[in-house]
Amino acid sequence: MSVRHALTAGAAAVLLAAPLWAPPYFMHLLIQILLWGFIYTAWSLMGRFGFVSLGHGAFMGVGAYVPALLWNYYSITPWLGIPLGIAMAVVLAVVIGYPCFRLRVVGHYFALVTLALSQVVLLSIVAARDITGGSLGLTQNAAGFSWYALQFPDKRYFYVISVVLWLGGLLVWRSIDRGVSRQALDAISEDEEAAAAIGIDVLREKLRVTVISAALTALGGAIFGQYLMYLNPETVSGIAVSLQIVFAAIVGGMYTMLGPIVGALLTISLNEGLRVAFATNFIGAANTIYGILLILCIIFMPRGIVGVLERIALRRLQPHAVTATASAPSSGQ
Amino acid sequence: MDIYLVEAIVNGILLGGVLALLALGLNLIFGVIDVVWIAYADIVMCGMYLIYVLYVVLGWPLPLAFLAGILALGGFGVLVHLLIIEPILRSAPINQLLATGGLLFFLQSFATLLFGTDFRNIGVRLPIIELGEVYISYARLMAFAIALIGAVALYLFLKRTFIGTAIRAIAQDRDIIGLMGIDQRRVYLITSMIGGALAGLAACLLSLQYDVHPFIGNTFGPLIFMICVLGGLGNMIGGFVAAFVISQIISIGGYYSNTEASYVLAFTLFIVLMFVRPRGILTP
Repeated sequence: MSVRHALTAGAAAVLLAAPLWAPPYFMHLLIQILLWGFIYTAWSLMGRFGFVSLGHGAFMGVGAYVPALLWNYYSITPWLGIPLGIAMAVVLAVVIGYPCFRLRVVGHYFALVTLALSQVVLLSIVAARDITGGSLGLTQNAAGFSWYALQFPDKRYFYVISVVLWLGGLLVWRSIDRGVSRQALDAISEDEEAAAAIGIDVLREKLRVTVISAALTALGGAIFGQYLMYLNPETVSGIAVSLQIVFAAIVGGMYTMLGPIVGALLTISLNEGLRVAFATNFIGAANTIYGILLILCIIFMPRGIVGVLERIALRRLQPHAVTATASAPSSGQ
Repeated sequence: MDIYLVEAIVNGILLGGVLALLALGLNLIFGVIDVVWIAYADIVMCGMYLIYVLYVVLGWPLPLAFLAGILALGGFGVLVHLLIIEPILRSAPINQLLATGGLLFFLQSFATLLFGTDFRNIGVRLPIIELGEVYISYARLMAFAIALIGAVALYLFLKRTFIGTAIRAIAQDRDIIGLMGIDQRRVYLITSMIGGALAGLAACLLSLQYDVHPFIGNTFGPLIFMICVLGGLGNMIGGFVAAFVISQIISIGGYYSNTEASYVLAFTLFIVLMFVRPRGILTP
């Protein structure tokens, strides 16, 4: 107990103190890790119950592009644009989610439908190149330091925003983890028919968690866009982003609260580490290792790094409690 | 009718042949082993690079390079099954999809590591046929014809041979198959080999028409999943029809608007059809 508290306090101190000592490059990495960690957490809200969505690139893309376009063309502040983007992502989630859950489109069929959705959003952004800039990307009109435009040249502002966002994501994760729906969703992921038979409103429970997940992902995408001040369809939407979200969450561990951020930490430091070590001679090296890691991870530890660590820690603390938790959903249907 | 529209339709039909071939391989694996190889298009990409290396760099004769490409990808299919699918055959199907997703990352980045992101072409220029006012690329016509022959050969194999019958049987009921004295593992390995070899054949046909680069799989990979699902699992004729529907949407849509918009239309249609015809377009 006290060890855990000490660890939490230590981590909090490092996080809080980071702007004081970290050079801009590390700030940039930290912000990216936190923002991606937030998005991976949002994905794992669904993923942990076996609803594997390959469509989160779509929600992220909508969340990022809507406020940027409104700002550039109509000078509408992101304070309005971001909620609008989130609302659109939620509508998209319901339009796809409702028929899917109603008609019991599950497993890899659900994955493929959502995959198509992320392609639809990616290609729509590219197709509307007169407005969105297509594959060349979009740069937000700069306003200098401005709360109104939500633009801060100083990285420390975005650092604080990312920390708050990430912590907020953890809170949502925890409230779902400890809420009543958790049992309902666990039951659904084990056996949908049986869950419906004992009176669980399968459609409502699935739709609710999908909407929350999509909304948070869109919010993450929006802040990411505000931070980078440049959007590219390939980096905020489409199949590549969707897969990246899924995989980082799995490697880190999608059944645990801290798994997604560990996934973000690992993938981003691996990428950056190899980039620094080999410069551009070795383009692709990071993803080569990443790909192998992923296959090994899914075969040998589907609960991810944090999941495995947690189990080891649990075994050491209370050797008898392990059997009770070992039957937690390891994969779902 | 506008001559360019005719050309778009003809090209759509020709594209449909190759897409149908790819969807056929994927459909076989999906239907028999109940696994989605999300890296299927990237395996094709590997075959295209192999053919490039053998033909351009090492100077092998083209037919030999093609043959080697088909055989190598057949072997690769077996490896994918043994190393990635088999260890998790009993876990949730979505895990197998994700594991082959890891393979997708690996293949794309490994190809980038080896070849860089340059576009490479095997440099075979086949003539263009002129039919009235319509121009048809000979390479596409040939690809179409060979794809059809490959599909018919596969059909005969599945219908006429013992192992083909076993493959179809396992797709219908995987639990009872052991009682019939058939080794399930062997059927899976053969299916993976055929799936790989079909990817190899598609690699040959595509390398005549397109430049190869590490991310070429991203352009047509999602399309073949759509076709495969739209056709209905285990329904070869459905897969064929779906391939031509999708390729027509893409080429006619591309004629009236831009390419991306036609892809958007194709993917949207897929989503809608998944809801109204979840078992495939030919199954009510």
